[in-house]
This record gives sequence, structure tokens and C-alpha cells, in this order.
Amino acid sequence: MSKSKLKENANRQVHVTSTKTLDKSDMKKIFIRSWFLLGSFNFERMQSVGFCVSLIPALKKLYKGDELKAALKRHLEFFNTQPFIASPIMGITAAMEEQRAQGMPIDEASISGVKVGLMGPLAGVGDPIFWGTARPVLAALGASIALSGSILGPLIFFIAFNAIRLATKWYGLNYGYQKGTQIVSDMKGNKLKKLTEGASILGLFVMGALVSKWTSVNIPYELSRYTGPDGAEVITTVQSILDQLVPGLIPLLMTFTCMTLLKKKINPLIIIFGLFATGILGYWAGILS
Amino acid sequence: MSGIQLVLLIIVAAISGMGSVLDEGQTHRPLVACTLVGIVLGDVKTGIILGGTLEMMALGWMNVGASMAPDAALASVISAILVIIGKQSIGAGIAIAIPIAAAGQVLTIFVRTITVFFQHLSDKYANEGNTRGIEMCHFLGLSLQGLRVAIPAALVGVVAGTDMVTSFLASIPEVITRGLQVSGGFIVVVGYAMVINMMQSKNIMPFFFLGFVFAAFTGVNLIGFGIIGAVLAILYIQLSPKYNAVAVAADDLELE
Repeated sequence: MSKSKLKENANRQVHVTSTKTLDKSDMKKIFIRSWFLLGSFNFERMQSVGFCVSLIPALKKLYKGDELKAALKRHLEFFNTQPFIASPIMGITAAMEEQRAQGMPIDEASISGVKVGLMGPLAGVGDPIFWGTARPVLAALGASIALSGSILGPLIFFIAFNAIRLATKWYGLNYGYQKGTQIVSDMKGNKLKKLTEGASILGLFVMGALVSKWTSVNIPYELSRYTGPDGAEVITTVQSILDQLVPGLIPLLMTFTCMTLLKKKINPLIIIFGLFATGILGYWAGILS
Repeated sequence: MSGIQLVLLIIVAAISGMGSVLDEGQTHRPLVACTLVGIVLGDVKTGIILGGTLEMMALGWMNVGASMAPDAALASVISAILVIIGKQSIGAGIAIAIPIAAAGQVLTIFVRTITVFFQHLSDKYANEGNTRGIEMCHFLGLSLQGLRVAIPAALVGVVAGTDMVTSFLASIPEVITRGLQVSGGFIVVVGYAMVINMMQSKNIMPFFFLGFVFAAFTGVNLIGFGIIGAVLAILYIQLSPKYNAVAVAADDLELE
């Protein structure tokens, strides 16, 4: 069949009313497959193959022949979002495909439109919640326990993060499927905005604490040394003065410098190497320890 | 290292490599990857401590949109092998991890580029209605990401205990390893900066400074900070006029 004819076929409304519906077991299959969404991530269409593979159980059930081909092709279009938050999008897409297969007037463009329209805003919610807050907080907690050599550290991080991930993915998928395109109108409300901003506040608050407490810079450079009236020797170093002013001031300044450099699109690795050079030179010169 | 250990090491490395692209189960994070390598090589405790140390440095490394972080998977696996089998210090582990994270980033960019080939192959299979073919393309792409870490891990695993590697690692001057350990204390700011840049908006930046000052002058632990942060977030959302515009308008009407 020629390409143009295939396209024509795909755009044609499906008039045959079918009773094909998706059930719980299809949702489970999509759920498991969605764990591998980024598997074939590439720089051209990013998560597109993963999205298509996740939906294949539903597509195979709903369509046959040319309609299946057209459905596979429309889910190989560019797709990229935060991987956990992709689940509600998969749910909505599955619901729309189901309705289309049943003969409802839903065309290809509106399915693609919903996908593209949701992936950006939802990534904007998922990134601060999962990458900005949940993971750094749990990883810092796990790492602090791990430093003593306790297996609890990695276990707490692994189990807690995966529990959050799996719950988000399973409920997100089913929520998207049940609500369908209604989600698009939900998003116009303040709910998502509140969630995003709330997560960002929590994330930034914890980041502030981490910058102060979870970094170590020690500048033992001596400024003065004298014997106090009680006979004890008093040593004043740069660090002791800084600690009296604001503990963690140097890491704070370093963080701001890094933020500025990153905004200028400088590769983080270059900044990391720069900091290593600072550490080595500082240690060699006796300024840092 | 026994043959079984080498096989298990390759499996763990592959899982970590796949985890680095999937970003789902977090098997690529140092905390998990180093622990797994520690279990396989029979020194769990060193693996956990190294994992915790590297995790603190990599906190906040993340892939957002198309931008990519240094590669934690390869760095964790290789440095854990060298520290445990090559009997190196944690400081040497840090020294090894960072250049390897850079190499790993180059490797994953390479794999993500050649996976474009599988993308086009999928298009062909879609035209034929061949769902198996598309699935195969997908998982071949994933297995390349596994091999990306598994192959270097196997090579390093084989040579790690040899005199050549040990003497090479021992030849790193103390000023370098100690200096790197010193920088290990503050390298994490790069990750913090990535996270803050992602979430930053002018009106909520005060919460960052509040967290900073609160941590500087109190002894509250991380869980405490999580709870206080959540309470602040909820209060802010409840009180912000931005989200209460409708209610205000209704009050105005009543007054009139």
C-alpha cells in the first residue's frame, strides 16, 4: 500500500463499532513495560520507541492490519518527559485509542496533540518532585547511614524511592486511563501548579539545609596564635572566624558560582574538575584540609 | 577473583548500566551500585561506605530533558572494583571515580547516538505491523547500555588485582589523593546547583535561604528538615494570594 493511502486510511474515522475494551491485565502489561520507557533513548526522538513498546499490548488488542500499522507509527513520534509521570500520559493515550477503536470521532492529530501537550507541563511537575526533592532527600539520608558501613543506608534509599516510583506509575496509569482527556481540563486548574510549587519549596528548603550541613570545607589557615589570660593557647584560623559568622558560607558561595556557571551552559564535569583542581592546589598550599 | 564472581560482576555492571539510562530503579546510583559490587566481591562494608561517599558527591546529578549528568554507573562500578580488589583507600576511589564518570558520559552519548539506528529500524517494522521487531529494537538499545558498563567492568575486574594496576594506583602522589578527598567534601555543590537551577523561581528562593540559615544554627536532622519543609510548603500554598484569587473576589462581592 502506498504511503499516502496508508495515511488516508489512518485518518479515516473508524466506522465499525467494536466492543474492544482494555481490561486490568492490559493495564498491568503497560505498567510493567513502562519500567523500560527510556531503554532505547536516543537523541533523535528520545523516548519514542519506549512509549510505543509500552502501548503495544493495548494497540494489538484494539487494532488489526493497517490500523495497527498506523497506530504503531503514531506512537513512534518524538516523546520525552519525566519517566514516572509518563504513566498518566500512557493511561490517557490508551483511553483515547480505545475510544477511537470503538468508533468514536477521535482523529490521530488529537491523540498526538494530547501527548505532546502533556509531556512538557507534566515533566515540569515530575522533575522537581522526583529529581529535585524525593531522590536527593532519600539519597542523602541513605548515604549518611551508609558512611558508617550499615546496609540500612542503601536499603532505605532503594526501597523508599522504588515504593514512591511504583505507586506513582501504577496509580498514574490508572488515573490517566479513567479520567481520559478530562485530565487536560483538570490541568487548567491550580492543582498541578500547587503541587509543583509545593514540591519546589520543600526541595529548595532541604537544599538550603544540605548546602550548609552536608558539605565540608575547612580552611585551617592560621591568622593568629596567642596565649590567653588563662594560659590556654588560642588559635584563630580563617575557618573559626567563618564559623562564628555563618557556618557554611563558603559552600553557599560555591553553590551560587556553580549555578551561574551551569546557566552559562558549562558542562558540569568541567566545573567538577575545576573544583578538584581547587582541592588539590588548596591542600598542597596548606589552605584547605 | 573466581570465575563465578566475574560472571556476577558482569551481571551487576550490566544492571547498573541499564539503570543509568532507564533511571527507574536507581541501580546506577553509587549507593546501590557500589553495594551490589561489594556483595559480589565479598566486601559489602567497603562497598557501602564507598557508595555512601560517592553518593554524597553525586547528589543532584540528574538527567533533565535532553541534558545529561556525569555517568554515575560506570564510575561507581569501576571504582568499587579497584577499591575492593585492588585494596585502595576510599580517597583513591574518589580519585578514580570522577575521570571515569566523564568517560562514562562520553560512552552513553555514543550509545544514545547509535540507538538512532534502532529508531529508524522501528519505523520500518511499524510499516510492516511487526510489533516483535519494535520490541527487539527497544531491548537491543537497552542491552547496549548494559554492555557499555559490563565490558569495562569485566576488563578492570580481570586486571584489578595485578601488580601493574596496584603499582600504578600506588604511584598517584599523596597530594593528589588527599587533595581529591578534600574536594570530595564540597564537590556536591555542583549537584545542588543543578537541582536549585531546576526549581528556582524568584518568589520561592527565600525558602532556600531559610533552610540554609536554619541548618547553620540548629541541630535538626534531615528528617526534621523534610517535615518542616513540607509544613512550610503546605502553609505557603494555603496562604498565597495566587491560589486564593477566587475566594478574595467572592469576599469582595459580599462586602458590596
